[in-house]
Amino acid sequence: MNVTQATRLVAEREIRVKLRDRTFLFGTLFFLVIAAAGTILPPLLSGGPKSVAVTQDAAGPLRAAGLDVRVVADDRAAEQAVRDGDVDAAVVSGPAVLAMDEAPDEVVRALSTAPPVRLLDPDAVDPVVAFLVPFVFAFVFFITSQTFGLQIAQSVTEEKQTRIVEILVAAVPVRALLAGKVIAGGILALGQIVLIGLVAVVGMRIGDSGDLLTLLAPAIGWFVPFFLLGFVLLAAMWAAAGALVNRQEDIAGVSTPVQLAVMLPFFAVIFLNDNATAMRVLSYLPFSSPTAMPLRLFTGDAAGWEPIVSLAILLAAAGAFLAAGARVYEGSLLRTNGRTSLRAAWRERESIG
Amino acid sequence: MTRTLRLDGVDRSFGDRQVLKNVSFEVAAGRMTGFVGANGAGKTTTMRIILGVLAPDAGEVTWGGATLTRQDRRRFGYMPEERGLYPKMTTREQVTYLGRLHGLDSPAARRATDALLERVGLGERGDDLLETLSLGNQQRAQIAAALVHDPEVLVLDEPFSGLDPLAVDTVVAVLRERAAAGVPVLFSSHQLDVVERLCDDLVIINDGVIRAAGSRQQLRDSYTSPRFELVVATDAGWVRDQPGVTLVELDGARAVFDLPVGADEQPLLHAALARGPVRAFRPVSPSLTEIFREVTQ
Repeated sequence: MNVTQATRLVAEREIRVKLRDRTFLFGTLFFLVIAAAGTILPPLLSGGPKSVAVTQDAAGPLRAAGLDVRVVADDRAAEQAVRDGDVDAAVVSGPAVLAMDEAPDEVVRALSTAPPVRLLDPDAVDPVVAFLVPFVFAFVFFITSQTFGLQIAQSVTEEKQTRIVEILVAAVPVRALLAGKVIAGGILALGQIVLIGLVAVVGMRIGDSGDLLTLLAPAIGWFVPFFLLGFVLLAAMWAAAGALVNRQEDIAGVSTPVQLAVMLPFFAVIFLNDNATAMRVLSYLPFSSPTAMPLRLFTGDAAGWEPIVSLAILLAAAGAFLAAGARVYEGSLLRTNGRTSLRAAWRERESIG
Repeated sequence: MTRTLRLDGVDRSFGDRQVLKNVSFEVAAGRMTGFVGANGAGKTTTMRIILGVLAPDAGEVTWGGATLTRQDRRRFGYMPEERGLYPKMTTREQVTYLGRLHGLDSPAARRATDALLERVGLGERGDDLLETLSLGNQQRAQIAAALVHDPEVLVLDEPFSGLDPLAVDTVVAVLRERAAAGVPVLFSSHQLDVVERLCDDLVIINDGVIRAAGSRQQLRDSYTSPRFELVVATDAGWVRDQPGVTLVELDGARAVFDLPVGADEQPLLHAALARGPVRAFRPVSPSLTEIFREVTQ
């Protein structure tokens, strides 16, 4: 059996155990429900043509505007229909528009003439969407790398805490253990995102916001490789952090730098996403590029070569962190007396590999 | 297969503290070798070095004359001193997993696991999560985990600690089976009576130095002066004043004493008979505890 086979066995076990973990399953279900609700509900809630009560004479233009027209006998009946909540609005002689507590814009628009508007610099993206999309990207990367990274650290610490690591290290190379965990974490994280993504896509179709999907497609396409490399980068740090301690309770203490490496870029992208210079810098820095670069692609700010360069930088950083993480992991995995200092772990590799 | 596991001049330090000093001994094929020493004497470090979990600073471990490789070690069975398996997995699942990590294919690992769990008396609890098992049963699971891949060498660190007497018997029987099949078995224990009952060969370590190694009988012969027990009808206190006698124990009519190596014991028997009836006069084999005390002092 070689390293590859050992890695696969380790990854298989990690995934199998995770797929039976209730917390993980409920967490995933929760995100799916949010994704479905977030995409299906808004159009439904705001949706449907407004119903309007009107006498026969004024019905024409309202029908033409696609409103749900109910013809009533007279103005009193129309007003009563609004008061009873049978319709959203009514048009009575005057003409005047009646509604309960909110001016019915659609009805007003149907009855008025507006001058034609010509936009000279049309914004491709709805401002609301332009605000939401960066948030969603950053949030997905933040939450996922945090959750799955922490799980990698916990799995590493569990093996140390239960001492099974001695049997494992005697049987397979340490590198296979680390690789198996990172790969399993990556597969689970990406799997969860894809699942949520699919639900969101289906939701958008049901909710009829297919246009947004076309706009998002290239950004999502780039998000996947950026996400994977960014995940490896953080996973290596999480695994090393997990290997430094002996008890689950101590993970929080050693993982502060890792948490910061996730949190700072998250807030930077959220707060600076309308600052072009800042975003350009963020889209090349390894910790923020997984969210910043797909965003710049989404808003159309980035040239075609830019994601490739940024991806190459991220790849190099991920490789370096993986090598460093592996060294710390190897150096601390078998030290079961209290917390290992980063320096001690770096200096000495215990096993013969 | 009859191969010998050898340690040759193994040194190991942790920081400034040298815990193993020129450790050399053999674990012969088909023999149960007991590895005894006080806490901190270097037993666990030695075993970790055999398994490749720790690297030696100097010296080497050979198997059948050749330096051990990772591939060889994958065919070893190891039970670490500090026990542990995955708490959230079933026994069956993790023993199978460990079998696969040691190179078995999936059906073979499953077959071996089923047979072994049955053998150590966990057949019915195999599908329970490990954390729900009693400590004794977790220990049985640990034994199964060390044996699942039918190892060519067994290295067990304190395999009997935490086991009830019934479980000890089960484990002893399993280990004897393996030894009879030609597997070298090295096990450490601080329960000297258990080691005495079990081992064919013995290695005694103290403060990182091997003090004695060899078959149990050999050690008995070479490490203690001849000892005898005498029971007479009246008080045996006079034995104390006989030439060459070192009194070990005196209890009314019963006396246990040592004679110098090579001395003839018959004159003492005659002297006893001259004083009255002799109920018993026999050589006493020193217990392991006594040998242990002597060589580690």
